[in-house]
Amino acid sequence: MTNGPAAPRRRGIRRSTTAGGGAWIGILPFTVYILIFLGLPLYEVVHGAFTTDAGQFTWHNFSTIFSESQYWVPLKNSLILSAWTAGVGAVFGTWLAAAVVAGKPGGMLRRVVSSGSGVLAYFAGVPLAFAFIATLGRAPGGVLTVLLKHIGVDLYAHGFNIASLFGVGLAYVYFQIPLMVILITPALEGLRPQWQEAAQSLGASRVRYLRHVAVPVMAPAFIGSLLILFGNALSAYATALALVGAAIPLVPASINDAINGNVLVNEDRIALALGVEMILIVMVIMVGYWLVQRRARRWLQ
Amino acid sequence: MSIGPSGPGGVGVQALLGELEEAPTPQQPTRRRGRPRIWRVVILTAAVIFFLGPLIASAKYSLIQQNGKYGFNNYSQILSNGDLRRSLFTSLEIAGLTAFIVVSLMLPTVVLVRLRMPKLTLLLEGVTILPIVVPPIVIASGLAQLQGSAPSWMITLWFNHPLTALTPIYVVLAMPFSYRAIDTGVRAIDLRTLVDASRSLGASWFSTMVRVILPNVETAVLGAAFLTIALCLGEVVIATIMLYITLPVELIQVGALNPGVSVALSVLSILFVFLLLFLLSFLAGRRRGSTSVRVI
Repeated sequence: MTNGPAAPRRRGIRRSTTAGGGAWIGILPFTVYILIFLGLPLYEVVHGAFTTDAGQFTWHNFSTIFSESQYWVPLKNSLILSAWTAGVGAVFGTWLAAAVVAGKPGGMLRRVVSSGSGVLAYFAGVPLAFAFIATLGRAPGGVLTVLLKHIGVDLYAHGFNIASLFGVGLAYVYFQIPLMVILITPALEGLRPQWQEAAQSLGASRVRYLRHVAVPVMAPAFIGSLLILFGNALSAYATALALVGAAIPLVPASINDAINGNVLVNEDRIALALGVEMILIVMVIMVGYWLVQRRARRWLQ
Repeated sequence: MSIGPSGPGGVGVQALLGELEEAPTPQQPTRRRGRPRIWRVVILTAAVIFFLGPLIASAKYSLIQQNGKYGFNNYSQILSNGDLRRSLFTSLEIAGLTAFIVVSLMLPTVVLVRLRMPKLTLLLEGVTILPIVVPPIVIASGLAQLQGSAPSWMITLWFNHPLTALTPIYVVLAMPFSYRAIDTGVRAIDLRTLVDASRSLGASWFSTMVRVILPNVETAVLGAAFLTIALCLGEVVIATIMLYITLPVELIQVGALNPGVSVALSVLSILFVFLLLFLLSFLAGRRRGSTSVRVI
C-alpha cells in the first residue's frame, strides 16, 4: 500500500535491531532449550544404539533386533495395526469431516466435532482405554458385553478380546478418526463451491464432479493425512499400555520391556536400537508426507 | 444509444431468465439437500453412536459401586483417595507450568524469527516437527539412558521431582502444535507496525511483547496453552517409563484394583478437556485467522 515510505522506515529498524546482534541473543533460550531437552535424549538414543557398554562402536544391537523373531514380530504387528487403523480412520474421518463441513460454518455441530476431535486425538489415551473397558470389557463389567449377552451374543465366546491386537486396534480407531477430521477439514474447506458450480453448469453430474474434480484435488491431502495417521498409530502407546500393559507384541511395548529388563537383563541398548528403528520408519513417512504436501498446496490454499 | 431499448429489454430478459432459473431451482435444492442429507445423516448418526456410546456406557459403569448397587461411591472415592488426589495435583502443576513455559519460550522466538530472521523459518518448522518423528517411547528410552549415566548434580536438579523432570520434556512434546498455533496467530497480525509503534514510543522489548503483541494473539496463545494442558494431563508413556506418578499413571494403577473409580475419573477428565476446548472454540470464533490449531 505505502511502498514509498516503507523502504527508509525498514532500514531504520534494521539498524536499531542488528546492533550487537540482539536478534541472535533473542532466540538463544529456545536454541539452548531444544539442544538440552530434545537433543540430549536423542543423542543418548542414537549414541547408545551404536555402542557397547564399554563405549565402542558396534552393529550388534541392530543385528539382534533384525535376527530375532522376538523383535521383528512386534514390528510386523505394529505395521499391520498402523496400516488398518490408519485406513479405517482416514475413510471414516474424511466422511465425517465432509458431513461437518457441509453444515453451517460457525454452527454448533462444527464446534462440538472440533472440540471432541481435539479431546480424542490429543488427550484421551488412558481415559479412552477405561471407557473401552467399561463398554466392551469381559462379562461382569462391560456394559455392551452384558447387553449383547442378554440378547444371546457372547462376544468373548466368539474369540473377541479387548486385550488382543484387534481390541487395541479398535480402541485406536477412536483417536484415528478424530485426528483425520482435524487434518482433512482445512483441505475440505479449500474445495471451492465455484468448482462444483462450474462442473454443474457444464452438465456434470454429482458423481462426475466428485470423480473428476473433488477426488483428484483432495487426493494429495488425503494421502498425506493417511501417512500421518499411520505414524500416529505406530508411535501411540498410551491406550495399549492402559488396556493390556507391556504384554502386547507391539514395538513400543517391546521397547518398554527392554528398558525395564523384563525379558533379559542389560537390554537397554536393544531398546535404543528399536528406538532408532522407529525414528527411521517415521522419518520415511514424514518424507512421503512432505512430498505429497507439496502437491496438495498447489490447489488448496 | 442503446440504453433505451436495452434497459427495459435487459430487465425483461433478466426477469425471463429469472423465471427460467426458477424452474430448475426447485430441483436443485432437492438434489442439494435431499441426497446429501442421507449421507450426512448416516455418518453423523454412526458417529454419535460410535463416540457417545462408550461415554454413556462409562457413565453407567462408573455409577455401579463395588457392592453391585448404584451410587456415587466411585466419584466420592476420587476425592477421598489421597494418592489419586496427589497425582491429580502433580499433573495440574505440570500442565500449568508447561503451558506457561511453552508460551514464554515460543512467542518471543516466533516473533523474533518473523521480524528479523525470516530465513530461519524453515529451520524452525523442521525442528518443531521433530517430536512427531521421535515417538514418546523413544524419548523416554533416551531419558532413561540419560538418567542412568547422569552425574549426581543433574539427578538432583532434573530427575528428582516429577515437576522438574517432566515439565521440560512436555514443553518439547507440545512444540509441534504450539509452534503452529502461535505462528498462525502472529502471521495474522501486522507485526511490524505494532512493534515499530510500540518501540518508537519507548517501550522495552519485554513490555512490547507482553502489552502489545500478547493481547493481539490472545486466541492463538490460548489455543496453544489449552492443547498443551490437554497433552500434559494425558501423557502417560514417558511418566510410566521414568516412574513418576502422574494422573494417568495413577489412573492405570487404581484401575487394576478398582476399575470403577478409574472409569469415573476418565469420564470427568474427558468432559473437563472437552469443555476447555469447547470454550476455546467460542473465543476463537471472535477473531478470524487464528482459529485453526493443527499439528501439521
